[in-house]
Amino acid sequence: MALALAENVVSNSIALDIEGVTHRYDLDGRDLQVLDNVSIVIEPGEFVALLGPSGCGKSTLLRLAAGLETPTTGRVLEDGRPIIAPDPDRILVFQDATLFPWRTVRDNVAIGLEARGLIRELEYRIDEVLKLVKLEGFADVYPHQLSGGMAQRAALARALVNDPKLLLLDEPFGKLDSLTRLRMQNELLELWKSAGFTALLVTHDVEEALLLADRVIVLSDRPASIVAEVRVDRPHPRRRDDAGLVALRRALLEKLGISHDV
Amino acid sequence: MSATIEDTFGGTGRRSLALPVTGLWRNGLLAAGTWLLASAVTYGLPDVITWGATELFAIVTLAGAILFVALSLTVHRLGSVGRTLVHYGPWFIVLGLWLAVWEVLTAKLGWLPKPFFSPPQGLLHVYVTDWERLLICVAYTGRLWGLGFFSGILVGFAGGVALGWSKRFAYWGMPLLKLIGPVPASAWIPCTFFLFPTTFHASIFLVALASGIPVAILTAAGVGQVNRSFYDVARTLGASNRFLIFKVAIPASLPNVFVGVFMGLYYSFAVLVVAEMLGAKFGLGWYLQFNTAYSAYANVYAALIIMALICAGLVRLLFVVRDRLLGWQKGIL
Ligand SMILES: Nc1ncnc2c1ncn2[C@@H]1O[C@H](COP(=O)(O)OP(=O)(O)OP(=O)(O)O)[C@@H](O)[C@H]1O
Ligand SMILES: [Mg+2]
Repeated sequence: MALALAENVVSNSIALDIEGVTHRYDLDGRDLQVLDNVSIVIEPGEFVALLGPSGCGKSTLLRLAAGLETPTTGRVLEDGRPIIAPDPDRILVFQDATLFPWRTVRDNVAIGLEARGLIRELEYRIDEVLKLVKLEGFADVYPHQLSGGMAQRAALARALVNDPKLLLLDEPFGKLDSLTRLRMQNELLELWKSAGFTALLVTHDVEEALLLADRVIVLSDRPASIVAEVRVDRPHPRRRDDAGLVALRRALLEKLGISHDV
Repeated sequence: MSATIEDTFGGTGRRSLALPVTGLWRNGLLAAGTWLLASAVTYGLPDVITWGATELFAIVTLAGAILFVALSLTVHRLGSVGRTLVHYGPWFIVLGLWLAVWEVLTAKLGWLPKPFFSPPQGLLHVYVTDWERLLICVAYTGRLWGLGFFSGILVGFAGGVALGWSKRFAYWGMPLLKLIGPVPASAWIPCTFFLFPTTFHASIFLVALASGIPVAILTAAGVGQVNRSFYDVARTLGASNRFLIFKVAIPASLPNVFVGVFMGLYYSFAVLVVAEMLGAKFGLGWYLQFNTAYSAYANVYAALIIMALICAGLVRLLFVVRDRLLGWQKGIL
């Protein structure tokens, strides 16, 4: 099924360069610095996970990569070109599902295809991705009839249907129970392997980062700067009790300021 | 313990279910009683002031009473219509009482005197004798209202979307709208005479203005209040400005738009009388003024009741349209 999504493989991933990005918000007249000289180079097809304390600027970084905002200083580049506006090649799955309440789940998933005028040719994909996130039985219900986790999965489907080259994920599994979470992590991994997109995942869950990503980046408290970067070169499927991963986990937790052994 | 709870719940459940299915419709019988009372009072007591159609009114209320007797036996077989009737049972009872009291105070005691008040048979008399003219008036008013209301809400909606969407539009438009909004319709009459080729066009303009302004204001507010994240989501998914307006801003603000349309509906009815001052030959508003001038208040009341019923019917229709379009809100509100 995941294969079907990747059938027209041209160049299905992009490189993302975040070069010396500092970002400030104007918070009711108060200057709030959120990012402090952050540089990350992500290769095409790479899977990078971002860890960091709440409110440090992880979502902001994803908004910059999506082109929803431009950095105060520094540059964000896709394949060497500056990102100045949103583009359906780079899709952001927001922290809140933000489904349109006046559209059914199916019509929510269809938004991207509709907006780009591809709905006629690619309508079959909607059912594919709904099956992928296990929502095929809920295609015709309205968002308020979904649970929080189901809404998150619908939002994921809404992104995946567009076959993005860069997938920006903002804690997409935050509201899922641990079992569904595991399954969705595996689905995402399969999809990433077969479709080949570049992935940047924000998460609070160290284990999730280690199970999925090629590289884990730890951000400091606000204003966020990079405090650690770990390469995870274990083959998939990874086991959470893998000795190497356990050691990495301990190291990462320490970087996040949780020093006692948990 | 649990048995008693089950008893209580099961008991009330059974009782409330059982009543409408098997028994008589008690409120129906009571309504028949009050309507019969109205009929008896009308027929039995002498009129101190004479009006036409006294006997006819007695017959009509008697027919109503008979109908309620019949319904109280059969209502449980009428399905959803029956349930609606049962729901309004207390209203039917009070309506009968109201007719009886009205009858006594006007025609039988004369406490509410002739030119200003009319007994129910006075209105009935108007309907019986003047129905042709009333029908023509309804048609004329319908044409004026339809053209005015629909052009008004269309322009108001489009203007409201523009005001809510575009900063530049809002900069120039909002102050104007706030200035124009509170001006009473009659104040526009002098310039409408100058601006429009015929008085009919001027009347349409007044109705359109009354219905368009609340739609414009509420649509603009609705579009302005749309959650920014909806735009962000749509933009990352490749939406153009056009998509953002038509597929995000408008559907998201539709609940507000409907509030505006409801207000516009009421205002448009209120302004009909003024609009038909402008040299109309027919129309309910014209009918009201004409008969007020001749102190024919029974005719005025008769026309007012027709207007109120039409307005209530249109409100009802608008609710149906709204529930169609905003079905997604059902579980939220
Ligand atoms: N539009 C905005 N205007 C002003 N300040 C903002 C805006 N968006 C975010 N911020 C501020 O930027 C900081 C970082 O926000 P951000 O959403 O990026 O945090 P985060 O790392 O994603 O946190 P969490 O893990 O809790 O989601 C916060 O202090 C927040 O108050
Ligand atoms: Mg966040």
